[in-house]
Amino acid sequence: MSLATFIEFVVNTLSLGSLYALLSLGLVFVFGIMEMVNFAYGEYITVSAYILYLLGINTSLPWPLVFLLGILGGAAISVISEIVAFRPFRGRSVEALLVTSFAVSLILQYTAQITISPRSKPVPLPGFFNQSVNVAGVVTPIRSLLLIAVTVLLLAGFSLLMKKTVLGIAMRAAAEDFTTARLMGVPANLIISCAFAISGVLAGVVAIFWVGRSGSAEPLMGQAPLLISFIVVVIGGMHSLVGSVVGGFIYAAIANVLTLVLPTSLLSFREAIMFAIVIIFLVLKPAGLFRGSYVEERVG
Amino acid sequence: MTPQASQASAAAGLVLSVKDLSVSYGAVAALQDLSLEVAQGELVSLLGVNGAGKSTTLKAIAGVLKPTHGAITFQGQPIGGKTAEAVHKLGISLVPEGRQIFPMLTVAENLRIGAFGSYKAGSFAEDLEDMFQLFPILKQRYRQAGGLLSGGEQQMLAIARGLMARPKLLMLDEPSLGLSPTLVDQIFDLILSLKQRGITILLVEQNAERALQLADRAYLLSTGRVRFAGRPAEMSTQVDIAAVYLGEHGAVGAAVPDGAPAASASSATPGNPAASAGGAA
Ligand SMILES: Nc1ncnc2c1ncn2[C@@H]1O[C@H](COP(=O)(O)OP(=O)(O)O)[C@@H](O)[C@H]1O
Ligand SMILES: [Mg+2]
Repeated sequence: MSLATFIEFVVNTLSLGSLYALLSLGLVFVFGIMEMVNFAYGEYITVSAYILYLLGINTSLPWPLVFLLGILGGAAISVISEIVAFRPFRGRSVEALLVTSFAVSLILQYTAQITISPRSKPVPLPGFFNQSVNVAGVVTPIRSLLLIAVTVLLLAGFSLLMKKTVLGIAMRAAAEDFTTARLMGVPANLIISCAFAISGVLAGVVAIFWVGRSGSAEPLMGQAPLLISFIVVVIGGMHSLVGSVVGGFIYAAIANVLTLVLPTSLLSFREAIMFAIVIIFLVLKPAGLFRGSYVEERVG
Repeated sequence: MTPQASQASAAAGLVLSVKDLSVSYGAVAALQDLSLEVAQGELVSLLGVNGAGKSTTLKAIAGVLKPTHGAITFQGQPIGGKTAEAVHKLGISLVPEGRQIFPMLTVAENLRIGAFGSYKAGSFAEDLEDMFQLFPILKQRYRQAGGLLSGGEQQMLAIARGLMARPKLLMLDEPSLGLSPTLVDQIFDLILSLKQRGITILLVEQNAERALQLADRAYLLSTGRVRFAGRPAEMSTQVDIAAVYLGEHGAVGAAVPDGAPAASASSATPGNPAASAGGAA
């Protein structure tokens, strides 16, 4: 392997891993507190992407503001879907929440199809998103470097929030034992709304970079990220925030290694081979890499 | 009403009053028409075998379980059906059975969550100092994860966490469970000193003898009903406590207060004339 190939591999893995890490963190964060796999999570990305599209097409707002509104939109749809759709089923069966989130996912998909278009729409992005710089002789997209930097900042901020603020401590307490946290006066609604807000912010950030790669928004675009985040979370361990981040980088590394080593004729089977690896992994380590040491409890 | 109960209500402040409380888990009734009262500054013990319904009673008061019937009144305000966080805000702390500290949170964070609803910078620092006085071990372990503490230390953390909210009513669910004899002594000494500070306490214990030594009044539960209510001394004379703990209902030779259904009450007290005395509410 030449040095250039190696640098390219590292940058690709770090940027793709960053994307997967943010993606999975958003899914596992809600799971940790609600014991609920949110199938509508992918659609929060879709909603954010369409906000980028609509603002980009119809306004001349500066791009930082467009990005900010896209992220806030992701947070808003996440919080609203919890209040409107999930809250009435809280404390009922896990299955009820699962089915409800599936319904929310479909409703958002259909809404996009009906109100905007069933076909993909080009999202205008700032010019630097498609430019590259030369890193040690390797042509590197600026957005890859930006993604890595944003992820470092977000994870640092997230970690500070969880460790240093009362709200963060309360969210960790609630993830360990929701009933006992409520007994200490931690309000369930506040904690759950915050969890969905954070999840939605992460979906919004992911949307920017997801659209940055594809250049477009479409009604079903949330399905691929949902599947990836689900696999990553299974690798990292459903009960570990750190695990979801580490799992994201591992998954990206496997994908990039396969791209490097597979002969061209087999490249189209990359996804299938990845699933096979994940299945083998799960047979060997059913609980994932990281186990939360706490016992999960649903919100009663 | 039993003389004891009327005595309690006559006391200046009735802090907690539970009337005809029923709670079920699905189709299974865990509590049936249970009534009890706790007056200001009292230490009341709730006794009974495993599965009698003691924890269920505390959880219903704390808002974790919703009553199917009956009223719970705290300082004159109905709280039955309120959420756990709302009940806590009014001044009730439950130190749950099995401690239930947050194992991955540090001791510091556990204590901070204990003060979540009532936090004020000044009083928090004061209360923390107070807890360090009561439980010096918590100061040494302040930055460690709660899960690394020993069982006794975890129980102390759980009690300290409950106290951080400066509760008006402290409910302790089997605080001595699973602890070594020395630690059990420590825990009961602690409960006594909390009582002497004037904290109103509702104490659930398996260790009936120790609990009765501290208590102002006691209730004996079996299969979700109150079988006896009264002063510890009366309880010791009227109830064969050892037999109760072996599950023999016949051991209860005392009044069932507040109109508990006659059928089970009388079947529990065959041939004892005292049984009918408390029936009339
Ligand atoms: N989560 C639960 N689901 C179903 N039944 C329960 C549950 N918790 C307790 N019970 C039942 O309710 C009754 C009272 O239990 P509990 O209040 O825990 O008793 P205690 O604390 O006196 O040992 C028991 O018969 C117990 O089996
Ligand atoms: Mg119990």
